Amino acid sequence: MGEFDLNHVDDIYFDVLKEIGNIGAGNAASSLAQLLQAKVDMKVPRVELLDFSEIGDAIGGDDQIMAGIYVLVQGDITGSIMFLLEQKSAQKLIGKMMSSMGMEPGGGDVLNEMEQSVLKEIGNIITGAYLNSLSAMTNLKITESVPDLTVDMAGAILSVPAIEFGMVGDKMLMIQTAFTDDDEINGYFILVPDLPSYSKLLGALGISL
Amino acid sequence: MSDLIKVGMADLKLCPRGQGITTLGLGSCVGVAIRDTSTKNGGLAHVMLPDSTAIRSNQNIAKFADTGVKELVRLMEKAGGNRSRFTAKIAGGAKMFAFSNNTALVNVGDRNVEAVKKVLAELKIPILASDTGLNFGRTVEFFPETGEYVIKAVGKPVKTI
Repeated sequence: MGEFDLNHVDDIYFDVLKEIGNIGAGNAASSLAQLLQAKVDMKVPRVELLDFSEIGDAIGGDDQIMAGIYVLVQGDITGSIMFLLEQKSAQKLIGKMMSSMGMEPGGGDVLNEMEQSVLKEIGNIITGAYLNSLSAMTNLKITESVPDLTVDMAGAILSVPAIEFGMVGDKMLMIQTAFTDDDEINGYFILVPDLPSYSKLLGALGISL
Repeated sequence: MSDLIKVGMADLKLCPRGQGITTLGLGSCVGVAIRDTSTKNGGLAHVMLPDSTAIRSNQNIAKFADTGVKELVRLMEKAGGNRSRFTAKIAGGAKMFAFSNNTALVNVGDRNVEAVKKVLAELKIPILASDTGLNFGRTVEFFPETGEYVIKAVGKPVKTI
């Protein structure tokens, strides 16, 4: 089995990575629907392999303020997964979740402690659903760490997965998903398998490098 | 704002006297601003990782502290600058998430800052000011004419170093 190289991803691998993205995000949308007890639709995710310089523009600017939920992936494969939400989308989700629990969201620009833990929980459920479908597809054991949350400029948050990608190439694989119920909620997934895990992932799907 | 020269992630560019140069949303990356104190020309590098020799995929020299800073200095010298007159200011190198037991990523922000300091010391370029570490992102704007390095962070007052 050869070494995986993100700078030279051929069409088959890219399609597989895309499909992993589609199914994972679809599963995440169902969990979100359950969580909010509402119908949640998902647009067909856009999967892109981006140059570092294009990352910020792809999500509306490096200095746009976003919420990033970061989870470490453990088990048969290792790496990390990040779920990013526009600040407004994050506030909408928190509001919905809190009212479904009979609580009053703060509504301010800065998230209070309760809102932060609600958002972490949302992130945990969404990334968990994503990883579960990945695990089911590949028969690999995949677990996740407790989530961590940061609200900051998109570029600064994305520097974390970008640095991980930077160790293996000059591009980053990003899956953009828009969830909609009454309003649109824009979210982005970034799955960063460690280099040896690419071969394991693709191998488990029957593709040898 | 719009007339500032923009430097992306893992990128570097020169900035002539009279103009400004910016890089948006530095997280664990480091923005290295270098100025020729005589010509008042400058440049900015946005480096992501400390050490090009530790990584096999190292073609993009702007990505690493060691090769990126040297390349910026080389380009400034090629454009007529004199290294003995160069000074530097640095910002970034934050720890964006509290945890990280991913060994390759442990304190990458700190390691980036250390690597930048090391290469600047090797090149004998003094660091006049720095704003590094902590846990938030920074957008920087550098004006080589005056040497001002402006740092903006979410929910914090604008700072000039």
